[in-house]
Amino acid sequence: MAKNNPGSMKRKRTIGNIVSYILLILISVIWLFPYFGLLMQSFRSYDPAVEYGGMVDYIIPHTFSLDNYKFLFDGGTNYVRWYLNTLVIAIFVSIFNTIIVLCVSYALSRMRFKGRTLLMRFWLVLGMFPGFLTMICLYFLLKQVGLTQAGAVPGLILVSVASSGMGYYVCKGYFDTIPKALDEAARIDGASRARVFFTMTIPMSKPIIIYTALVAFMGPWCDYVFASYIAFGHDESYNVAVAMQRWMVVGDYQGYFTRFCAGGIVVAIPVTILFMFLQKYYVEGVTGGAVKG
Amino acid sequence: MANTTNGQAKKNGIGNFFSTLGNDIKDIGLTFKEGDFKTRISFIIFGFGSLLRGLWLRGIALLALEVGLLYFIIAFGWDYLSKLGTLGTVETTKQGRTTVYGDNSFLILLFGLLTLFAVFAFIFIWRMNIKVNRNEQLMLQNGKKLPTNKEDFASLFDSRFDKTLLALPVTGVFVFTVLPIIFMICVAFTNYDANHQPPSNLFTWVGLENFKNLFSFGTAGFGGTFVTVLVWTLVWAFFATFIDYFLGIAVAMLINKKGIRFKKLWRTILVMTIAVPQFVSLLYVSKLFASDGLINGYLLKWGVISEAIPFWTNPTLAKITIIVVNIWIGIPYLMLIATGLLMNIPEDLYESARIDGATPWQMFRHITMPYMLFVTGPFLLTQYTGNLNNFNVIFLLTQGAPKTGNLVGGAGRTDLLITWLYKMTINDTNYRMAAVIGIMVFVVTAVISLVVYNFLPSVKDEEGFQ
Repeated sequence: MAKNNPGSMKRKRTIGNIVSYILLILISVIWLFPYFGLLMQSFRSYDPAVEYGGMVDYIIPHTFSLDNYKFLFDGGTNYVRWYLNTLVIAIFVSIFNTIIVLCVSYALSRMRFKGRTLLMRFWLVLGMFPGFLTMICLYFLLKQVGLTQAGAVPGLILVSVASSGMGYYVCKGYFDTIPKALDEAARIDGASRARVFFTMTIPMSKPIIIYTALVAFMGPWCDYVFASYIAFGHDESYNVAVAMQRWMVVGDYQGYFTRFCAGGIVVAIPVTILFMFLQKYYVEGVTGGAVKG
Repeated sequence: MANTTNGQAKKNGIGNFFSTLGNDIKDIGLTFKEGDFKTRISFIIFGFGSLLRGLWLRGIALLALEVGLLYFIIAFGWDYLSKLGTLGTVETTKQGRTTVYGDNSFLILLFGLLTLFAVFAFIFIWRMNIKVNRNEQLMLQNGKKLPTNKEDFASLFDSRFDKTLLALPVTGVFVFTVLPIIFMICVAFTNYDANHQPPSNLFTWVGLENFKNLFSFGTAGFGGTFVTVLVWTLVWAFFATFIDYFLGIAVAMLINKKGIRFKKLWRTILVMTIAVPQFVSLLYVSKLFASDGLINGYLLKWGVISEAIPFWTNPTLAKITIIVVNIWIGIPYLMLIATGLLMNIPEDLYESARIDGATPWQMFRHITMPYMLFVTGPFLLTQYTGNLNNFNVIFLLTQGAPKTGNLVGGAGRTDLLITWLYKMTINDTNYRMAAVIGIMVFVVTAVISLVVYNFLPSVKDEEGFQ
């Protein structure tokens, strides 16, 4: 390496910073561009008298209109229904998944019982099977109790909650970091396991509870496979992903593209705002989970 | 080291199993021989002893389980269980205008398995019941006091709290995951497909025929297609994991760089992509690259190209586009993880390297990278296996298209095993082959996980970086 005099070092750093800023701006543009496009195209009217609702070769609409948004909410389609379906599923799944994950994590982290490692290994192996393998059988099981088609919403909640116990890794990892001495001290004072769990462990686990609930809440918004299979052919039980995928793939030639954009924006905004508020917890959970593997 | 202990454990495991079984039988015999009449009657009427000894809580629980299971097995399950060997023989026939339904192979298989599990559960509870009785009897003989019903109940929230916590989750996983998976594994050995659909048709066991079909390379065989799809699945997962990983670290380092301002802003811009539901962003991006999409539209308008680039219709280009789009999806997530981890690298390592005159590149190669790889080894493995099964990205972008050449089973050029499995289930109702593919996905995932896991430095040497 050449001799470093302070002047050249400084110049080098300035150049480096400029390059970095250019890169960062470039990255930001690339990452934001699709959302910008989505937003702009959602304002392009599908009404042939005004503009065209299909694919075009420009981003900014010639005339801004709210036609697409009106279309979503004027009752011509079940959009509001789909939206509420997804919201209901997301809320219930979020609550119940969190409860179950907390229970499983506490039992596996704090208690030593016969078959504990066996159970963990078994679930690990079970996780290696593709989830859809269970689809055909589950559809039938749910159909027996009337939870498909018209009853798809509670059916989807049930399916999602029932196997949520297997997703305990991140939460258990977090519990493992809470010193056991705390539990033991409380137990010497006569507290039962259940009391320790409810009055000590849970209050101390706010970040991981929020992380678990957030991840569980976001899941149903993207659920396509099970939702499409279980609600099959019953328009009123679709969730947004299933219903709007249809617009894109089947309805594209009819110019549903801009309506998809508007629907996407309406879905994305609340979820994104929620996520942004709880971002801190998400980052904590994700990094913690990655280190522990 | 981990290997040898594992091996020993396995050997001991089998030995243990038999010696435990032997001990169990001995114990059961001893319980009967030394038992008083209460214990002996409990062999047939579960919980009888407990009830007479005043422990009605566990007594009733055991008895209720016995009655419930027996009722299920005899009144409901036996019929199905007895036909499990053939999966039904009575064909559905049409007599005039009415259809007379025969056996339903699907139900026979599903409920037959369920009954089989009920039988196992029955044996297990019988054994538990015997143990409980023996313990109670021994406690009384030794002059100890039995726990009261209240204590019994309280223990469910204290010493036996694990059972209370796990009862529901384990049952849920059993009914909604274990049972369906075992069912589908069984389907892989049957001829359940479009031509054998209950309730109008029967299906039956065919042994290994489906697996032979998977590895047969004739024109109708699945062999060629399976290999093509498998190779692309492995290649895709490799690129999707490692390109994202390294670029994610690079972006994280770029943002973390000294002298860069608005760090939070840059991070937030990227994180937004995680928040937007994938089906919105992926479907939009898929249209962005379509032949009549924005990118082609602008390039044509500006005269850069004279005809649309076939992003999704040319097999090779489609694969590249998918990987590129996946970088867009994956980097924010990996940037987050890398940011957290980079901050954990002890600063004095860099300090001393700088004093020794190391260049930034040397520091990256000899400090940052080894540390990151060490810490994230298991994570990379889960990422890889996750990408093997990354349904959303492939299905929402291309649905497996383009379909060219001579692939069977409805497979397209960008199909992963998992999307192929999905198509076979939905479009072709070819359940027998779908089940076989599902098992193959499991085998691939399991083999890769096992092999890689044993090579990971962080597994071999847990204390390495501490």
